[in-house]
Amino acid sequence: MGTYETQGFKLDNSGKRVVVDPVCRIEGHLRVEVNLDSENVIRNAVSTGTMWRGLEVILKGRDPRDAWAFTERICGVCTGCHALTSVRAVEDALGIHVPLNAHLIREMMAKTLQVHDHAVHFYHLHALDWVDVVSALSADPKKTSELQQLVSPSHPLSSPGYFRDVQTRLQKFVESGQLGPFTNGYWGSKAYVLPAEANLMAVTHYLEALDLQKEWVKVHTIFGGKNPHPNYMVGGVPCAINVNDVGAVGAINMERLNFVQARIQEMIDFNNNVYIPDVLAIGTIYKQAGWLYGGGLSALNVADYGTYEKVPYDFSTHQLPGGVILNGNWDEINPIDPRDPEQVQEFVTHSWYKYADESVGLHPWDGITEAHYAPEGPGFKGTRTKIEQLDESAKYSWIKSPRWRGNAVEVGPLSRYILAYAHALQGNKWCQRVKEQVESSAEAINSAIPRALGLPETNYSAKQLLPTTIGRTLARALESQYAAEMMMDDFNQLMGNIKAGDTSTANVEKWDPSTWPKEAKGVGTVAAPRGMLGHWIKIKDGRIENYQCVVPTTWNGSPRDPKGQIGAFEASLMNTPMVNPEQPLEILRTIHSFDPCLACSTHVMSPDGQELSKVKVR
Amino acid sequence: MKTETFYEVMERQGITRRSFLKFCSLTAASLGLAPALVPRIVNAMETKPRTPVIWLHGLECTCCSESFIRSAHPLAKDVVLSMLSLDYDDTLMAAAGYQAEEIIANIRQKYKNNFILAVEGNPPLNEDGMYCIHGGRPFVEVLKETAADAKAIISWGSCASWGCVQAAKPNPTRATPVHKVITDKPIIKVPGCPPIAEVMTAVVTYMLTFDRIPELDRQGRPKMFYGQRIHDKCYRRPHFDAGQFVEEWDDEAARRGYCLYKMGCKGPTTYNACSTVRWNGGVSFPIQSGHGCIGCSEDGFWDKGGFYNRVTGINTFGIESNADKVGGTAAVVAGAAVAAHAAVSALKRARSHNDQGKGGN
Repeated sequence: MGTYETQGFKLDNSGKRVVVDPVCRIEGHLRVEVNLDSENVIRNAVSTGTMWRGLEVILKGRDPRDAWAFTERICGVCTGCHALTSVRAVEDALGIHVPLNAHLIREMMAKTLQVHDHAVHFYHLHALDWVDVVSALSADPKKTSELQQLVSPSHPLSSPGYFRDVQTRLQKFVESGQLGPFTNGYWGSKAYVLPAEANLMAVTHYLEALDLQKEWVKVHTIFGGKNPHPNYMVGGVPCAINVNDVGAVGAINMERLNFVQARIQEMIDFNNNVYIPDVLAIGTIYKQAGWLYGGGLSALNVADYGTYEKVPYDFSTHQLPGGVILNGNWDEINPIDPRDPEQVQEFVTHSWYKYADESVGLHPWDGITEAHYAPEGPGFKGTRTKIEQLDESAKYSWIKSPRWRGNAVEVGPLSRYILAYAHALQGNKWCQRVKEQVESSAEAINSAIPRALGLPETNYSAKQLLPTTIGRTLARALESQYAAEMMMDDFNQLMGNIKAGDTSTANVEKWDPSTWPKEAKGVGTVAAPRGMLGHWIKIKDGRIENYQCVVPTTWNGSPRDPKGQIGAFEASLMNTPMVNPEQPLEILRTIHSFDPCLACSTHVMSPDGQELSKVKVR
Repeated sequence: MKTETFYEVMERQGITRRSFLKFCSLTAASLGLAPALVPRIVNAMETKPRTPVIWLHGLECTCCSESFIRSAHPLAKDVVLSMLSLDYDDTLMAAAGYQAEEIIANIRQKYKNNFILAVEGNPPLNEDGMYCIHGGRPFVEVLKETAADAKAIISWGSCASWGCVQAAKPNPTRATPVHKVITDKPIIKVPGCPPIAEVMTAVVTYMLTFDRIPELDRQGRPKMFYGQRIHDKCYRRPHFDAGQFVEEWDDEAARRGYCLYKMGCKGPTTYNACSTVRWNGGVSFPIQSGHGCIGCSEDGFWDKGGFYNRVTGINTFGIESNADKVGGTAAVVAGAAVAAHAAVSALKRARSHNDQGKGGN
């Protein structure tokens, strides 16, 4: 292939090739290969989904009311969001509207997941790319305490003794010689730029978040019975409400509601006192060090279906409104329609699947997936079962390439925030909170935090700060904060509705398949933690005829398309310098900033259930 | 370097003797052991080294890992920092690429036959195993190599134990449970989609404390958590016995917390601890929150008819059953009794569901 230009990126695969496989601290299995120039700057990036499960063919012929349970198992990290998308798709197909209480309970469950998933991602899957755990050992606990009180005056856990205890525990752990999950990390690398005190503060919050996250998910446990994988139901929610009568202890009662409210308040407090201040502080320090890489496609094309409608079924009231922005033109927001066959299409030119004509893309309702594992191409090194180097000019991934009107787009919290910010600037009243968050964060990063830390101030615009790895990480934190706030609104609305006498949680008019039309098709969409998620269903004679999911990591992790356009993972790595090519910290930091979910991205399967492969008995 | 015991590590990490003893009592309690056994746990914790664990991921959804970190007693951080040495886990580890792969090689060599292999997910066998690629190679190869040097294997969740969702018909990738690929090592199955967090940590704690595998049933599950049906210990069981059933979502019976049998609850055929240990620190479990059990810890639960179809082949009324007996003919015969009972319930008859599978297992 050599050199070519696409979407403003100059790809050059002539330099040293570095392979990272497995990419850990993600959901599922991912491989990344990059080429470096003589200055160790990334000039070509190749991302490969390395697993495939085939869930949709499994769904064919089953009861549509069961589909949520199957699709929920696409991912246990973003648990519940596939289930919600699925019940929405079925309800859309059958014309079912759920009662207001059910809508609000589902919203609270979705937002709980958003907070949980984002915080766990930042602290447990991403932080170690920013935070040097070993450096935390040399921190001064007193100065750490001062730093904590500076960046987050309201956080109660901030005494020198508190940080000293954590440091002592960490010290003993390291001295034991058994480093557990920290074994072979990149400790001491110059790619880490935080002072020791910031490292100790972040490690402490790694442990705090680990303890707290298990509390937040209890909102799912109350309404859905368990977490991971709470229960959903077509037509409403399975938990009945009973606040007055005999048997209330067997339903959602006052005690359960108080419990939920307490958890929501915990999420709000954690976001405000810990998560947001940490991300702002870490982002500021990396920005001061000049590390503003990783924007990639987000500076050009972003998309989301829109989410969190204030009025059920009125999508003009989305509190995170959707659309598509192309070529970085934030003044123009294109409407998005998941039903339009011309908009969302999937290509397989560089994926291990076959189409009759691979120059065209297919809309999910008409999707075909014929698996065809064949690592190949002149640049491929290795064997069928021992891949040493992939050739991106040929097929090289288990992920397909979805495109919006032929354009590669980035999806996720950053895309939602760029879109909502652009909507807010245009006067959309439902998302003004986003404008506030973005502007106050920019102020903190440019001025307030540098001033407090005695560092020079900067003057980056939101448009310069957001499309970066730091911006992607920040948008996730802001979305967590916003989701928790909206959740409290949902809770209050639920209480008001119950007070007004409405305790209904299910619409059972069309529960019985005998009430269904002979044929129906529907779409469900959800703002999953990692980006826009859509399920497309066709129902025939009461059974699933066709089921397709186009998931966030398929968009972001997609291989190239027939035009050679690169996806968001690949674009984000371009032109990033590496401190030490033997230690892929910068690659991990940026790839992790997407929160990849490979079990999600690679499950796609034939709606027609064709023979997939020859069975070979090993 | 001498490998430290639990107690040494905990002591060095600033945990007091008093807290340590309390921890041992709680461990005993969570395992359902008599207080008399506490000194034995204390002794074990004082003298045993931290066992290395390699946690591999095949085709899965990571719900088992997510469940594991929800453990309330012991806390996930205490398990990871003080009880075992989680040296390899793709979901949590700092390293990636060859630095990660190196760890597996080191542990296999240094702790040959002395580490625990935890497996989440399963290997697909079609396409030469390349539906799940790990370091450029089929996951099944990495699994077999690592298992060869392991002391024992924990099959986390329904994927590793039975196959779970990707193995549902027609199982396009030929996803295969661990015990069908590894046949020469002790395997502890901890099924569920996912398993309950505290059940996961209790199984680990049990193994580390007593230095032995928990007693398993014929299907390879720890008897202490999978020995009884959800139905046996369900707090709504009295409503089942009284013939009080939910007939429709959100009906008066649902609001009173009546039995979900007619809504398709699989509690009568599912062996798990949900109705006793409950979920997320004991907050609730599926039936308590109004949805029937979908049977997620049972082999092949995806292919046993719809989740809302009524179970017909179940045991009840004085016929004691356990996991070893289920699957036998007794269950099918006894099934008739429960179906008849439901039919004569005081509430109106629900639609008949004769298109059910045999049930019973």
